[in-house]
Amino acid sequence: MITIKNVNKSFGDHQVLTDVSLEVPKSNVIALIGPSGAGKSTLIRAINALEPIDNGEVTVDGISIHNKKTDINVARTNIGFVFQSFNLFPFLTALENVTMAPMKVKGLSKEAAEKRGKELLSSLGLADKFDAFPNRLSGGQQQRVAIARALAMDPNVMLFDEPTSALDPEMVTEVLDAIRKLAKDGMTMVVVTHEMGFAKEICDEIVFMAEGKIVERAAPSKFFTNPDTQRAQDFLSKVLNH
Amino acid sequence: MYQYDWSVISRNMDVFIEGALKTLELSAISILLAIPIGIIFGLGRISKNKIIFYISSAYIEIIRGVPLLVLLIWIFYVLGQFFSLGSYWGSIVGLAIFAGAFIAEIVRSGIQGVPKGQMEAARSLGMSHTKAMTYIILPQAFRRVLPPLASQFIMLIKDSSLVSVIAATELTLNAKNLVATSFRSLEVWTFVALVYFIMTFSLSLIIRYFEKRLSRSDA
Repeated sequence: MITIKNVNKSFGDHQVLTDVSLEVPKSNVIALIGPSGAGKSTLIRAINALEPIDNGEVTVDGISIHNKKTDINVARTNIGFVFQSFNLFPFLTALENVTMAPMKVKGLSKEAAEKRGKELLSSLGLADKFDAFPNRLSGGQQQRVAIARALAMDPNVMLFDEPTSALDPEMVTEVLDAIRKLAKDGMTMVVVTHEMGFAKEICDEIVFMAEGKIVERAAPSKFFTNPDTQRAQDFLSKVLNH
Repeated sequence: MYQYDWSVISRNMDVFIEGALKTLELSAISILLAIPIGIIFGLGRISKNKIIFYISSAYIEIIRGVPLLVLLIWIFYVLGQFFSLGSYWGSIVGLAIFAGAFIAEIVRSGIQGVPKGQMEAARSLGMSHTKAMTYIILPQAFRRVLPPLASQFIMLIKDSSLVSVIAATELTLNAKNLVATSFRSLEVWTFVALVYFIMTFSLSLIIRYFEKRLSRSDA
């Protein structure tokens, strides 16, 4: 579903991605983990071309994302993206946040978009929040609206860039539950996360990055108990020992 | 000791009313022209296209660096040699070009004040740059620019008094003429100041009302 081939990217002299290659088969869930500055966010943002790359190729559903001939706006409708800081549109209600893109990009009627939007928000436990503005919602509720907004475009792929890092601890669960449900429904997903328990539970594969490179890829059971590389062992000893 | 005679005001009320209406008319038409000018050049100022960027920057810097009085005289006499604008349209063009440069800067800062994540979120949903601007960025920028824009409108009403130098009929020119015939300058100018204040303060109140209505999502 997603293939990343020999991707390089630098900011000035600083190489943030070095020859990164990765495939994500359909309905798989991949966790990208690693220390900060490892290039996880840059990589996930490169999958929908929010971040340009220097060379290499990224394809999603067979479409080459960084090819100049690709209509990136069409390609992106197939790739949902959830941000660490939610980025809801503050002047629109929860429902309007969800219906805006289907109406303006896909040309859905208001009725159709609202019907679908209400279904999505309800399925995420926000049935009583249709008319609420983002600043009236908790962080967890905002992030669920953001997930509904991305799903409203009916994407085949969902990308999550540290979806729970900006949340108060008691709200992490409700967002993880939403992602868990998507995983059960067979959504193809890449999740940048620091929630190791969550990664272990729902992901098909753990991709460990450091200094712009993929250092280790393994099934969660193997990675969290017996990682091959010293780098991963060091990282795990730091994040798991508390 | 100067003997005040306020009857000059009531006897010439029609002159003040006509002048005030002309001032409002000139200001309103100028603002209506200045807003699109401001939006176009404000967008130009953040354009990635270098030519558009430099043209917009040059316009803004030049106009901001020239006093309005000089600009008006220049348009009327220098530009007037090529296009005969007349004092009415000369004033409107001068005021619109002048206010447009300031509005452009307000628009630019308003757009740049919208957090970067808003554009990213809109683009991630498949919106083109233009759609994201239209439906997501500009509505938010508009809310941000209302207060400085309001000050600009008020400034324009006051600045319109300067067009009296190119003989456009409005409140200040009418007042000058009345002073010349009645010799009641202290009364006339006091009243004129009051009329300007009434016009600008009313506008302030109207804008405040709209700001309140628009801020529903910031409650």
